[in-house]
Amino acid sequence: MTFGRGLRALSIASAVLITGAFALVFFYAPNDADQGFIQKIFYVHVPMAIVTLCGFVAGGIYGIKHLRSGDRADDLRSYVAIHISLILAVGVLITGSIWARAAWGHWWVWDEPTLVSFLIVFLLYACYQPLRFSIEDPERQARYASVFAIVAGAFVPLNFMAVRMAESLTHPRVLSTTGGAMPGDMRLTFLVALVGMACLFVTLWKYELASKSASIQLRSLKRRLAGDDGLAPLARSAAPQQL
Amino acid sequence: MRATVAALVRKDLRLELRAFESLPAMLMFSVSTFVLFHFGLDRGSLAGDLAAGVLWVTLLLAAVLGMNRLFVAEREQGGFDGFLMAPVDRTALFVAKALLLFGFLVAVELVAIPAFVVLLLEPGPGQALPELLAVLVLADVGIAVVGTLVGALGVQTRARDLIVPLIALPLLVPVVIAAAEASTPLFEAGGADAFPWRWLLVLGLYDAVFGLLAYAVFDFLLEE
Amino acid sequence: MATTGQGDSAPAVALEGVGRAYGERVALREITFALPAGATVAVFGANGAGKTTLLRILAGLLRPHAGTARVLGAELPREAFRARGRIGLLGHEPMLYRDLTVRENLRFHARLHGVALARIEELVAQVGLAARADEPVRTLSRGMTQRAAICRAALHAPELLLLDEPLANLDPGGAAAVQPLIGRGAGPARVLISHDAEQGLAEADHVLGLRGGRQAIWAPVADVALAEVRRLYA
Repeated sequence: MTFGRGLRALSIASAVLITGAFALVFFYAPNDADQGFIQKIFYVHVPMAIVTLCGFVAGGIYGIKHLRSGDRADDLRSYVAIHISLILAVGVLITGSIWARAAWGHWWVWDEPTLVSFLIVFLLYACYQPLRFSIEDPERQARYASVFAIVAGAFVPLNFMAVRMAESLTHPRVLSTTGGAMPGDMRLTFLVALVGMACLFVTLWKYELASKSASIQLRSLKRRLAGDDGLAPLARSAAPQQL
Repeated sequence: MRATVAALVRKDLRLELRAFESLPAMLMFSVSTFVLFHFGLDRGSLAGDLAAGVLWVTLLLAAVLGMNRLFVAEREQGGFDGFLMAPVDRTALFVAKALLLFGFLVAVELVAIPAFVVLLLEPGPGQALPELLAVLVLADVGIAVVGTLVGALGVQTRARDLIVPLIALPLLVPVVIAAAEASTPLFEAGGADAFPWRWLLVLGLYDAVFGLLAYAVFDFLLEE
Repeated sequence: MATTGQGDSAPAVALEGVGRAYGERVALREITFALPAGATVAVFGANGAGKTTLLRILAGLLRPHAGTARVLGAELPREAFRARGRIGLLGHEPMLYRDLTVRENLRFHARLHGVALARIEELVAQVGLAARADEPVRTLSRGMTQRAAICRAALHAPELLLLDEPLANLDPGGAAAVQPLIGRGAGPARVLISHDAEQGLAEADHVLGLRGGRQAIWAPVADVALAEVRRLYA
């Protein structure tokens, strides 16, 4: 199973887009009147948030595919997508916190529904790896993880909706940019940042898939050479170790 | 299917009445938590959103106690094997356990709500029973569905008592939000605001989505 | 497959190249045998040889990772539902709820399998549990619990009985009492795990010997010497 197709092209595209996005942010996008330069963290925070959420949902979709087909490669794809999204989610929370501090003076604002929803989603997905780790049988681990990924993936939109409804009437959005319409130069910068972040995610995802599947295949070759009892048994792991 | 669910529920009710594993714990926990809140908040009575919040958080934590115990007998006494070998629809287990958890929640609320009213709630004209019942029923369905699913997810893991609340509580945040928002005007000390029906819709949507999802996915948790 | 004559009936169990692993550890490998309807196979093997795994595959609780397994004409796992309700399992655990009485446990089992409740009384009387049938299982001795578990395994008149050491913990009276339910003349095909080589051979028509997950012996009982079986445990 090769996961590494198109990796070079993707890496180059990501590098170009991210560099381009940074350039645009520093030299092209306008400075916000109220918040100043720090508002530009928006170009990191929001694309990262969007990509993270799509990553979680993708994890759920691969979970569905795994349950239907029994193909453990889909479980690996789901695991890696959720794993990378979780790391990005930390980034979202940190950049959101920095932004809140700059705009509002507090390190955390409950009034910002996106940030709050993210916290809840993060707390949920933080259980994914402990759940996997606590199930020893690899087949069962993969199946239960897929069930979790599906339920959590369905939860993400519901959660955002509920939190937004709870906050919308009482508090205005703290971390909004222009309240809706974005002027052209902001929009361009934002789109480039978004596409760059998405490319970065897919590149990282493919890299990790390629790396993990290579170790798995290496181990199965070693087992074939050394015989079933020749190798030390695998340590327990949250990550899939067989395909 | 109905017969299987009935047989399962009867068996579980009989077990509960015989062994008293879940229900007393959930009841005592609720009342104790109200007392704790009284001391923690240093308030003689609560109203409005504070009352709604205290009530719903307490009910949710009590539900977690029930979730943890839901499948333990099956796991430890070979009940899963016996069920899996029977010529029945496997989803009946999900329905039966969800009904059981729902029943436990209703039983707890029958005691906890009056206790709450007596111990903590500031009396006021805004307290309307039918709306409260509607909120309770819809929220309980959501908690029962998600609780059963997470209980089944957790029963096979090694750290069951930790994993279940860690997964269930974030999943149930929308229920807390919706139920608390919907109950707030019912607990107002002053004049009552209009009842926010849209939160009932949110609860209904949550119940429908997770109900269908759990129904579809539960079988996969039973295989070995 | 076209049926030819009256003597033709599908084997109760037909395995071909069946294998099963737990993660990397292979528990069963290349198991191939066919058990005719109504016949008994005694399964021998040291601890860890794969006997329990085999039993659970036949029960439809584990899915084979390799090969094909047909139980009562149904291919597992694809058609497993066709065999459900026709197999009786007596495993290590009695599969009884400890806080319920014997009768309550059997009634639950009967409801799941659509068996008339009157049958419970027959079985309970037959195994000598009538006096203790309304006491919670946790108050029963191991021998009594075993009798109750045997009732549970046989209650729904299965065509295939999977028995893991059925006579363990039973006194001679108990062993005799359960004979009509799970003994040789009872009717269903039987897969019998036993550590008592002599007794196992006496009960069986065929012998399956497992060593390290592999099939070391598969032969009619007349062709198998006691010493061969003993060697499995060496």
